[in-house]
Amino acid sequence: MFVARSIAADHKDLIHDVSFDFHGRRMATCSSDQSVKVWDKSESGDWHCTASWKTHSGSVWRVTWAHPEFGQVLASCSFDRTAAVWEEIVGESNDKLRGQSHWVKRTTLVDSRTSVTDVKFAPKHMGLMLATCSADGIVRIYEAPDVMNLSQWSLQHEISCKLSCSCISWNPSSSRAHSPMIAVGSDDSSPNAMAKVQIFEYNENTRKYAKAETLMTVTDPVHDIAFAPNLGRSFHILAIATKDVRIFTLKPVRKELTSSGGPTKFELHIVAQFDNHNSQVWRVSWNITGTVLASSGDDGCVRLWKANYMDNWKCTGILKGNGSPVNGSSQQGNSNPSLGSNIPSLQNSLNGSSAGRYFFPPLDSPRAGSRWSSSIQLLPPPPLPPLVEHSCDADTANLQYPHPRRRYLSRPLNPLPENEGV
Amino acid sequence: MEELDGEPTVTLIPGVNSKKHQMCFDWGPGEMLVCETSFNKKEKSEVVPSCPFIYIIRKDVDVYSQVLRKLFNESHGIFVGLQRIEEELTGKSRKSQLVRVSKNYRSVIRACMEEMHQVAIAAKDPASGRQFSSQVSILSAMELIWNLCEILFIEVAPAGPLLLHLLDWVRLHVCEVDSLSADVLGSENPSKHESFWNLPGNTQTLTELELKWQHWHEECERYLQDCTFASNPHLESLCKIMLGDEAALLEQKELLSNWYHFLVTRLLYSNPTVKPIDLQYYAQSSLDLFLGGESSPEPLDNILMAAFEFDIHQVIKECSIALSNWWFVAHLTDLLDHCKLLQSHNLYFGSNMRECLLLEYASGLFAHPSLWQLGVDYFDYCPELGRVSLELHIERIPLNTEQKALKVLRICEQRQMTEQVRSICKILAMKAVRNNRLGSALSWSIRAKDAAFATLVSDRFLRDYCERGCFSDLDLIDNLGPAMMLSDRLTFLGKYREFHRVYGEKRFADAASLLLSLMTSQIAPRSFWMTLLTDALPLLEQKQVIFSAEQTYELMQCLEDLTSGRPVHGGPDTQQCQDDDIETTKVEMLRLALARNLARAIVREGSLEGF
Repeated sequence: MFVARSIAADHKDLIHDVSFDFHGRRMATCSSDQSVKVWDKSESGDWHCTASWKTHSGSVWRVTWAHPEFGQVLASCSFDRTAAVWEEIVGESNDKLRGQSHWVKRTTLVDSRTSVTDVKFAPKHMGLMLATCSADGIVRIYEAPDVMNLSQWSLQHEISCKLSCSCISWNPSSSRAHSPMIAVGSDDSSPNAMAKVQIFEYNENTRKYAKAETLMTVTDPVHDIAFAPNLGRSFHILAIATKDVRIFTLKPVRKELTSSGGPTKFELHIVAQFDNHNSQVWRVSWNITGTVLASSGDDGCVRLWKANYMDNWKCTGILKGNGSPVNGSSQQGNSNPSLGSNIPSLQNSLNGSSAGRYFFPPLDSPRAGSRWSSSIQLLPPPPLPPLVEHSCDADTANLQYPHPRRRYLSRPLNPLPENEGV
Repeated sequence: MEELDGEPTVTLIPGVNSKKHQMCFDWGPGEMLVCETSFNKKEKSEVVPSCPFIYIIRKDVDVYSQVLRKLFNESHGIFVGLQRIEEELTGKSRKSQLVRVSKNYRSVIRACMEEMHQVAIAAKDPASGRQFSSQVSILSAMELIWNLCEILFIEVAPAGPLLLHLLDWVRLHVCEVDSLSADVLGSENPSKHESFWNLPGNTQTLTELELKWQHWHEECERYLQDCTFASNPHLESLCKIMLGDEAALLEQKELLSNWYHFLVTRLLYSNPTVKPIDLQYYAQSSLDLFLGGESSPEPLDNILMAAFEFDIHQVIKECSIALSNWWFVAHLTDLLDHCKLLQSHNLYFGSNMRECLLLEYASGLFAHPSLWQLGVDYFDYCPELGRVSLELHIERIPLNTEQKALKVLRICEQRQMTEQVRSICKILAMKAVRNNRLGSALSWSIRAKDAAFATLVSDRFLRDYCERGCFSDLDLIDNLGPAMMLSDRLTFLGKYREFHRVYGEKRFADAASLLLSLMTSQIAPRSFWMTLLTDALPLLEQKQVIFSAEQTYELMQCLEDLTSGRPVHGGPDTQQCQDDDIETTKVEMLRLALARNLARAIVREGSLEGF
């Protein structure tokens, strides 16, 4: 792992979330400064802020991208008790020339009476749906029935969790054998020892979400939760950020054919538990193949966890601040190729004192020290386009797509000259 | 390759103070985002990071090296060839093929190393020059390790030839030795030396060789005891060296660049027919003697030692820890697996390890904007998780150009990845609609077999037609073929365009019956009927009777259905009133035209029948 680039975020307050889009060519950031910024990667690999606008009237906790099958759509949630859905508008040649994109608010979801703590789009096979959870203990599931009209979202389900909710995760499995499922975590810190993770499953017959499982062993506040990509497995893997990192497997117990169609029951196993962060763990997230889990904790580090071919989970990497201030340019690129050089010991041993040890004698003795710091080239800052705070038009749903029910203007065929004909 | 028990690798992020803050992050397909934050929301943090940066973290730095691209590209061909080696091939022919594959890999490393060397010499600033030359060293180490593994594990050289191979190995990797070989590897008796080396494999058996060597050895020893060379310390030292005297050899330590050079030299003079099984002992003692407790072994030493111990797993493990890139371990492990060295009786997770490492390497390639194409084949040869990994990676390839999209689609289609094909087409269809490229949107939704989206795009086409009076993308709509059946609306669009074409060709009777059938078969959406009826007007107004009496009745019924179903509008909306006026006029015109046509048709049909 190495730092390839750093980008000045230019938020006026704490950043709470960063989010890559599906292809990794765009990202969004959100902050206590109540704004969301969208960044685009150019062909040359530089990142430019292409939109920055005020989204909420409170801290923005989370920002997330919908699958590109639904277009360019973002959702955000905030301390201001709302979640919002945003869509990028194409056109506006002026904006394009200035390298800016234009986002409009499609809807504000105002059902929560308290801070909305998390927002997640459902897996794409379920259609355009999203779930929010809030401090009032309710998970809400919304659906946009018409993907071309994102101003209409209907509240489909309200699931009461009884505890202040902090995080949600959809099960990404698209297998027909698995019903839609959502896991909810609570950061309720009152001294009662209640279970803090609940799993709800959609029931085709009742068309409702019902509780399938409660993780009784997780009784400390939970700050984040994440189902792993399924990889065709019959069982599910769930990572939890609480006072430590925990990884559970959930194996569905085969349903009796005669069963009354109640929720699936699971065999729960804890497969890993790590307290390397020493204290609270705040975030957990899987890489796209579900082979590596990253967690972030009070120790200020991001740790990477991986199971080897014998299913033993281990910490395989640590991202850690070096504490020194950064100065200089807004974008630093590291374009230098470097082979195996994050292990100075090997390099040194290879370039060691004895000349002629290798086919080609080294041209010079290597320098010691950490490699990124010495290999990063400070590029001059690229001429960034002026950052314009886009004030967003409220609910301009019909800006792009005229209403489908609009009447067609009929226009007759060109009349034929009289003397022509059959 | 930390999962093989190594310590986690630490990556330092500049400017982040881990003591005061935490980090939020997100995974992308090839990169990771990291940013300083403070998760404890309740306390208003008094120290807001002064200069919050977002960091892009990449996994495998080597993937981005220009010179190494060649390594990746060329070894890919060798890898694919190796996977196709006939399983039935056994014994000698199989072994010689595997050795050839191994040599091919090594020559690719070597070519890459030479190129990197040139780059290092040409480097303008000393810092990057140093960096390139350190890569030269690493490539050189890779080749050194690979070569030793080839001799010990793939070639499986027996006693006798084993030392020959090891000599070549040392010669190849200690370049300065070549010029010094007369001093160290040669002897003051070149003739003896020459013939000695020509022996094995020719006429003599190993035992005969050993006997002769023993004889020669004893002779040297006698000379030494007789103090034949006492007058000349150099000659005496030479004689000792030829007897494999360790102390005498170590006196020349500066000529021996490293312990394995010492090892091979020592074996040459003390035990030229060393058996593979005894290598371990000699290697360990050579290492100990050479380092002499002054320094401790380094990663490369450990790797080579593990090889001399025939501990393949340890070799791979140590290499994985020492090298940041997966290329080496993935390819070496795959080759060793083809040599059946990682099968269950050797390592119970052997084949798993091969797949594990190949998956890692291929995932790394997928982080690169063009190398990902090589990664596809590596996934293909991972029986367990290759397919699902490819599915997850390939759908994340950015589809910046149509060409790239088609390439990705072809790969998915060849592998029957129907869901990925659908999803990619759907993404492209959505992108095209957003940019108002309806033709492209329609063809992508047809390819995605997405009926709902095809309906949506067809509606947009029809709306555009109503607004502008002409169709765009005629080529596409005229050549829909069976794809037209994807959705009713698309069928209608195709048929309606066909009506226009037939009409344009002045085949009015055909046009008329097609138009009518669009309504009577309910293919046309109700909202479009008035347009269709208006289209009938010029046909009704012809001198010739085109619609028969029966057809005219049907048209009338359509019109009545449409007008009787309409809600009665009231209200002061002037625009609405105007629209209604136009509508009413249109209906009246139609009624009149239909009645006149009916009269003419009855007359004509009557007169024909009466004829």
